[in-house]
Amino acid sequence: MATQHSRSAARLMMAPAVILLLGWMLVPLIMTLMFSFKKYLPLRGGDLGWVGFENYVRFVSSSSFWPSVMATLIIVGGVLLITVVFGVLLALLLNQPMWGQGIVRILVIAPFFVMPTVSALVWKNMFMDPVNGLFAHLWRFFGATPIEWLSQASLQSIVMIVSWQWLPFATLILLTAIQSLDSEQLEAAEMDGAPPLKRFGYIILPHLGRAITVVVLIQTIFLLAVFAEIFVTTGGAFGTRTLTYLIYQRVLESQNVGLGSAGGVYAIILANIVAIFLMRAVGKNLDE
Amino acid sequence: MARAVTQKRKIINTVAAWGIGLLIFFPILWTILTSFKTEAQAISDPPIFLAFDWTLENYGVVLERSNYMRFLWNSVIIAGGSTILGIIIAVPAAWSMAFVPSRRTKDILLWMLSTKMLPAVGVLYPIYLIFIKLGILDSRIGLVIVLMLMNLPIIVWMLYTYFREIPGEILEAARMDGASLKNEILYVLTPMAIPGIASTLLLNFILAWNEAFWTLNLTAAKAAPLTAFIASYSSPEGLFFAKLSAASTMAIAPILILGWFSQKQLVSGLTFGAVK
Amino acid sequence: MSFRKSLYAATAVTLVTASGAFAENLTIATVNNGDMIRMQGLTQDFTDKTGHTVEWVTLEENVLRQRVTTDIAAKGGSFDIMTIGMYETPIWAANGWLVPLDDLSEEYDADDILPAMAGGLSYEGTLYAAPFYGESSMIMYRTDLMEKAGLEMPKAPTWEFIREAAAAMTDRANDINGICLRGKAGWGEGGAFITAMSNSFGARWFDEDWNAQFDTQPWADTLNFYVDMMSESGPAGYATNGFNENLSLFQQGKCGMWIDATVAASFVTNPNDSTVADSVGFALAPDTGLGKRSNWLWAWALAIPAGTQKEAAAKEFLEWATSKSYIELVAENEGWANVPPGARTSLYENPNYQSVPFAQMTLDSILSADPKNPTVDPVPYVGIQFAAIPEFAGIATEVSQEFSAVYAGQQTVEEALAKAQALTNDAMEAAGYR
Repeated sequence: MATQHSRSAARLMMAPAVILLLGWMLVPLIMTLMFSFKKYLPLRGGDLGWVGFENYVRFVSSSSFWPSVMATLIIVGGVLLITVVFGVLLALLLNQPMWGQGIVRILVIAPFFVMPTVSALVWKNMFMDPVNGLFAHLWRFFGATPIEWLSQASLQSIVMIVSWQWLPFATLILLTAIQSLDSEQLEAAEMDGAPPLKRFGYIILPHLGRAITVVVLIQTIFLLAVFAEIFVTTGGAFGTRTLTYLIYQRVLESQNVGLGSAGGVYAIILANIVAIFLMRAVGKNLDE
Repeated sequence: MARAVTQKRKIINTVAAWGIGLLIFFPILWTILTSFKTEAQAISDPPIFLAFDWTLENYGVVLERSNYMRFLWNSVIIAGGSTILGIIIAVPAAWSMAFVPSRRTKDILLWMLSTKMLPAVGVLYPIYLIFIKLGILDSRIGLVIVLMLMNLPIIVWMLYTYFREIPGEILEAARMDGASLKNEILYVLTPMAIPGIASTLLLNFILAWNEAFWTLNLTAAKAAPLTAFIASYSSPEGLFFAKLSAASTMAIAPILILGWFSQKQLVSGLTFGAVK
Repeated sequence: MSFRKSLYAATAVTLVTASGAFAENLTIATVNNGDMIRMQGLTQDFTDKTGHTVEWVTLEENVLRQRVTTDIAAKGGSFDIMTIGMYETPIWAANGWLVPLDDLSEEYDADDILPAMAGGLSYEGTLYAAPFYGESSMIMYRTDLMEKAGLEMPKAPTWEFIREAAAAMTDRANDINGICLRGKAGWGEGGAFITAMSNSFGARWFDEDWNAQFDTQPWADTLNFYVDMMSESGPAGYATNGFNENLSLFQQGKCGMWIDATVAASFVTNPNDSTVADSVGFALAPDTGLGKRSNWLWAWALAIPAGTQKEAAAKEFLEWATSKSYIELVAENEGWANVPPGARTSLYENPNYQSVPFAQMTLDSILSADPKNPTVDPVPYVGIQFAAIPEFAGIATEVSQEFSAVYAGQQTVEEALAKAQALTNDAMEAAGYR
């Protein structure tokens, strides 16, 4: 269908974006790879020569490595689970006839506009503080002992904060998807006496499959990089040290760029393992 | 009968949706309210919801301590500049992917997304050194470029999915009429894609506005945006909930207001190809 | 016409620069604590005197550290003056990254800087950073609660006494905790406290061959004592309490005793912020009779990165901000209790300042700290609550995270010490010490 002419024009138009991204990927990637084979300590004179795979061995053999992979997966998985489940429910609700739908939608999407640093600060101090936080007041009001959120339920707290930020995104995409559903089909099912749960399971959920994959894909990319929420709240203590945070500690707190870079390479590998799974799923959907 | 049921359901829906909406919005509301309290009232036990002595004192303190307008202006320039630049580069790419797809289009798209997975902190030193070499440390242009590159995959993806929803027949018709490629994009495609572009613009503006790693680590005084502004209020001495709330409110208010006014545009194009 | 004009302007600029009267614009990175913010408010005085203007980059402590370290290591040149501490100064000076401060003016009187502070901010006998304020740590306690408990605080108590007094003062029904201490992860937070405390129990970070010492009895004693005392008499959630959290608790009257930075004294005795301002007493940080007390030594200081184009102007600022006249300026505007403490000998000889209730105890605490000889057994490092080696910040943050997990009840003292031992040795090996 497309002519030779438009094909070469298309390539030309794609070129700037592809070249820029190639540069943005390759330059840091090559530098990371290079540093990862070096002893590079900025506070001890910088580049101290090649060390082979020493950094790679040291990074995985550290007792913090596997817990950090687990923490990463728990945070990503937990947030995905919460945002998708509540996102679907919220989207279903918002799709119902009601008064003031526009305002409710505004209220629901608001957290998405809040900077991660600000939301972490607000949650940490004004809600989760075990003495002056609002949750502590609430718990005391009901006669319970306030929970020390960020030490006793640290991972859960971070999952909660991050979910709050990403729930609006999931809800919006799922809502658009629900709105595109053929209402006649639903009405027909209702006429046939299909109970709500069946209608949801057989008509709505399959229709949402594609939207859910998109939500999962986009959010995973951002969730693997979650940083500010941990930096502000626990600083990586109490089992909240993710792989990204561990690399931060190696590079900036310990000022060991070589070791951190090796960690960076592991993080890329992990991200790609996750990505391959996701992209298979999304790729299938894109093909339709 | 049916009508009554609908009415009853509508009431239930309304109550439930408003309840949940307010619950989700509450942390923001609480922050805004706290910003008008005195420090003592901000931590009072039991908490005071509305019946406190409203004061603007905290905003005064924050404004006196920091040059808020400069941080704000830097945020606007950096977020706006990176988004616009990104769209200029992404529109042709997304167009060609959507209308002249090849076997590799999907791979290229997914590869683009995968560039976002490189952990930023691992490459801080390399990027810092490059910035020094180029002399763009603590400059807005440097941040515009970095944030543009960070968000480019998302921009391409969004535009691509949106362009794909435009029926190809319209383009065929335009081509029959002898429209050049440039005119095709400019006069046929772009007007139809405006909602998608608007939504892409907004989403990426928000993402760039909220980016806190590069904006904090590559700036000092001249180019520092609101993320750096907030970093000076996070843990001062003594009671600080009210001042923290005022600073937080000031950091998020511009984007919150923008988001609310444009939420229709944002929502209408925010599909990422999720709807088929 | 326009060409001639610009030529004229260019000549004028050259002339002014050559004459040295060019007004510079200095970029200064600083930490967001009360004294530094007060200094920002007084910047106009500096501009009036010298013509130079100042751009402030005010950041929270952890962000500041990460920001200035990256910049100086990569030679970014983003800042003309950096606010750094006693930990960074000798390390950076050894790398040749800082401008030596050996030519300060006569009027500045560098000999007036308290010897402990000057010592900690020098490298091989040369001063590299000028102290803006200095601090040690001491006990702040509620005189009313102490009296109610029927006890009297000695001037130099032991840990045993502190533990008993804390138990006696605790009244959980009325939300009063006998003792509030830092437990928050981070080498400058809970890490600093426990390290200083461990010194008084005879513990040390490294032996003379840089072997980690967490497998020794004194560390187990320190940590067990701390955890037992805090569970008897500490506030709920102390595992996440740092300086600021404890300050608020104390100001709200929820602590019987608090052992922390001497600079906190001016906050807890300030009636505007503190509900217990008129019933606060002070004492030296406790010991166990082994000859070392558990107080630290710290200074926030101003340093000039080597290679800045504006060295002369930067020195002018540094002299202004850490001078005797700056102290007087603050005293005039805010009162003597709010001047930056702990930096100059002359301040403690000033009768106006001697009447401030915490002045003498602050000085005694500072004088009793010896960074060159911090522990009971000999060590190869300098520093009391830290070891001035580049690897320390990273290691100590991870170690203190293991300790905080103990405080939160997530692991035992033995587990934490074993992990600390392993990770410290591992990091020291990576850095090439072992």
